[in-house]
Amino acid sequence: MAAAADEASRPFAGLSDVSISEDIPVEGDISVPVGPSTRRRNDDEFSTLDEPVRETILRDLRAVGKKFIHVLYPKRSSALLRDWDLWGPLLLCVTLALLLQGGAADSDYQGGPQFAEVFVIVWFGSIIITLNSKLLGGTISFFQSLCVLGYCIMPLTAAMAVCRIVLVAGSGTVSFAVRLVVVTASFGWSTFASTAFLADSQPANRKALVVYPVFLFYFVIGWMVLTFSPSQ
Amino acid sequence: MASPDDLQFQEFEEAAELLSADPGASTLSTSASNTITTAAAGGGGGEEVKLDLSEDEEGQEESSELLGGQKPAGGFWTFEYYQSFFNVDTEQVLDRVKGSVMPLPGRNFIKHHLRSSPDLYGPFWICVTLVFSVVISGNLSTFLSEMGNPSYHYRPQFHRVTIAAVVIFMYAWLVPIGLWGFLTWRQGAERQVGGYSFLETVCVYGYSLFIYIPTSVLWIIPFEWLRWTLILFAMVISGSVLVLTFWPAVRDDTKVMSVATVVTIVVLHTLLAIGCKMYFFQIAVHVPTTAPTSPPLHITVATTPH
Repeated sequence: MAAAADEASRPFAGLSDVSISEDIPVEGDISVPVGPSTRRRNDDEFSTLDEPVRETILRDLRAVGKKFIHVLYPKRSSALLRDWDLWGPLLLCVTLALLLQGGAADSDYQGGPQFAEVFVIVWFGSIIITLNSKLLGGTISFFQSLCVLGYCIMPLTAAMAVCRIVLVAGSGTVSFAVRLVVVTASFGWSTFASTAFLADSQPANRKALVVYPVFLFYFVIGWMVLTFSPSQ
Repeated sequence: MASPDDLQFQEFEEAAELLSADPGASTLSTSASNTITTAAAGGGGGEEVKLDLSEDEEGQEESSELLGGQKPAGGFWTFEYYQSFFNVDTEQVLDRVKGSVMPLPGRNFIKHHLRSSPDLYGPFWICVTLVFSVVISGNLSTFLSEMGNPSYHYRPQFHRVTIAAVVIFMYAWLVPIGLWGFLTWRQGAERQVGGYSFLETVCVYGYSLFIYIPTSVLWIIPFEWLRWTLILFAMVISGSVLVLTFWPAVRDDTKVMSVATVVTIVVLHTLLAIGCKMYFFQIAVHVPTTAPTSPPLHITVATTPH
């Protein structure tokens, strides 16, 4: 028993003898050289307080623009997911809500969605879909999902702008057919773009459960866009 | 294999002492036993034993919950508590939807399809879909019925979404609360009445509303006889899902109470269906005058009161 205990304790025997402080030197210099200029040694990290305001705004605008292009040509990339921002979704939501105003003004209570209703539907809809995907076991983070869902409203906002232009020309059957085609195409594009980004974060046997609410969300927004009727 | 009830860990120190006293004792799992026996034999691994045991204890707790089937993990303030209500796969949801559309006598929806793992995904998204399908179909049917009317101006009637959402969500969530409370009270009073958990009741009600989604889409077709046939068909199907589920639970109660319960369930369900039809799918009646010189007289019946 003593021999067995002795053998068992031997793997740990060496640990008590190691004294780290003398054998392995832990000195050194861990500061990263910032550049040839020695005056910058006090400012080790990049400070955005010193840059001109235009530079700050342009950087955010460039990030938003890059994501718009990602939505235009959706491919499974992690760039949109990594650097999420909510400026784009806010811009798109406000634009869509503004474009949906001014319709059927003679009887407001029977008209289209109010400005606040559009906001509520877009933001609460996105939050509920994000919660749904997280509850089903998705690995995407909360704000990344909000970012993706918000950016993918862009085709529908573009369709709304096109619809308003078509409605200026006339509101007969031909214009309705054109609007129907445009809205259907952009609804398909939105759903396809958002599932291209969101699909990978779900377990395989629950993908349909996550995609269906996204489909319903863009369907409702497409319905709001299509049924916009101008005041006469 | 020891059942989960036998493996009760009260104190980590006690178990560690027991294991160190007898290193050859059988432990929970093979991977854990190696670390436990080596650590216990080594003597200096008290911390390691604690960590391994706590991991196993959580594992044992999880498996007992899966076997028990009803206890969710964590407190109600944790995310995992709510995640346990969404523990369904696509196949399961589709199977439950199929079961709600085809009720067979003798097949209790809760016992046959839910099998002690109710979910909230189905009820919630079926309610949301029903809200939008009723509003959109109602809007389309109004548009189609008024298409020949030159003075009709199309309205999206978006305010109906709010009304439909309030009505349908209140039905799908408040009625199960009332029914569950009533059944639990009877179960406590009578001791023979079988009860269902709150989630199972909500689940049955949610899935039973599924048949109304295709029905509301088919209501766009503007034939009144077709609409009444469809609504009767849908009411029979979803009503029988509910009755087949709740009849075995109240069967053992007194005759009066059981019949009253089932009748109340059916009546509330009927009220919802007919109420939705009356409000969202109104028929406008136009009475044009025969004289061409006078302007046509349009009387619209049963328009929205506000």
